[in-house]
Amino acid sequence: MSTQIPEQETETETETDAEQESSQTRRVSAERTRAGMDQRAEDELSDADETVELKVFRYDPEVEGKKEPRFDSFEVPFTKGMTVLDALIFARDHFDSSLTFRHSCRQAICGSDALFVNGSQRLGCKTQMADLEWPVRVEPLPHAEVVKDLVVDMEHFYDQMESVEPYFQTEELPSGELDEQRQDRANREEIKMSTRCIWCGACMSSCNVAAGDNEYLGPAAINKAYRFAMDDREGEDMTEHRLNIIEQEHGVWRCQTQFSCTEVCPKDIPLTEHIQELKREAVKSNLKFW
Amino acid sequence: MSQSYDRGLIEDFGRWREFSAGMWAWVLHKFTGWVLVGYLFTHIAVLSTATVDGGTYTATLQGLEQVLVVRFLEVGLLAVAVFHILNGIRLLFVDLGVGLGSQDVAFYAALVLTAAITVASIPTFLGGF
Repeated sequence: MSTQIPEQETETETETDAEQESSQTRRVSAERTRAGMDQRAEDELSDADETVELKVFRYDPEVEGKKEPRFDSFEVPFTKGMTVLDALIFARDHFDSSLTFRHSCRQAICGSDALFVNGSQRLGCKTQMADLEWPVRVEPLPHAEVVKDLVVDMEHFYDQMESVEPYFQTEELPSGELDEQRQDRANREEIKMSTRCIWCGACMSSCNVAAGDNEYLGPAAINKAYRFAMDDREGEDMTEHRLNIIEQEHGVWRCQTQFSCTEVCPKDIPLTEHIQELKREAVKSNLKFW
Repeated sequence: MSQSYDRGLIEDFGRWREFSAGMWAWVLHKFTGWVLVGYLFTHIAVLSTATVDGGTYTATLQGLEQVLVVRFLEVGLLAVAVFHILNGIRLLFVDLGVGLGSQDVAFYAALVLTAAITVASIPTFLGGF
């Protein structure tokens, strides 16, 4: 658990007295909090009825002792309703402040904390510790470059998302200046599930095809394309343009219906169903009978 | 994506214990497909003895049927073919967008049916040896 590196003296001689003093107070108070932290962790652990062991993947190419990937164990007091994210936050705040993971809203809408928990891609904030087998193993998303601990590089995922032009565009504007662009209820129902995507990247990480083919758009991007291609308000020309993007070599046809993405999606989007529907749309737009 | 180091525990087929129904269906479909392609060559080789004359063809087949391993291979071939057909039907429905919610049940059903048909075929293939 002692992965913290000793604080380095970085002050230079040119520093003024005031600065020195303030950095000294900061250091002293930091030490005091750390001592308090250990004490608090001990107290909370001995007070707890039940504790759970968390095995967390650690890796940091910039720190000498962490260049070799390894697993650290943390003992965390279990409370009713505790999520994987709660447990990670406890471990970070009580044992090792260098433990790194992304999180923000804690209510499954920001898409920051997709993790590989007990061998499956899940959102940390949406996964109950009580539902998992203990000890709980937490790793960064597979098939993505690890930056540090549980943080992976999402750049490639975002590139794929952007390549399908994930925004509304149309040439068919209503005639009146103040007219709204109405969508009928049936059409809204059709795209409802696809609008729920939170860009967490769990599907892309679970996809066996995306793992082997770096250019494959991936389930999330295709789902995004579906959301707009199926939107009636965009008009026929735009739909054709969208189908042209997704029916390319590394588009929908790479999907081999393994259902891995549908299985892991934390927002329950029927991804495979959407990909299959786009395949059929692509065929239909290319078939001509005359 | 390329990995800058070996993450050992997380690599794909080392995770086979965590595969879901859809993934198993895909793996088995690929496997049975390749087995059937392989069988096609031996099939053509055996059939082509008929181009010599009828007697040679009959002798070849009778000779093969007397080898116990061939009898077992025939049972295996039936199992492989039946699973490939049943899962092929499942994939047809998946492609048509019908019943995607029960694709896992369809896979299990294909497995059970394959097992039943294979077991039922054993007396026919191994009998009279």
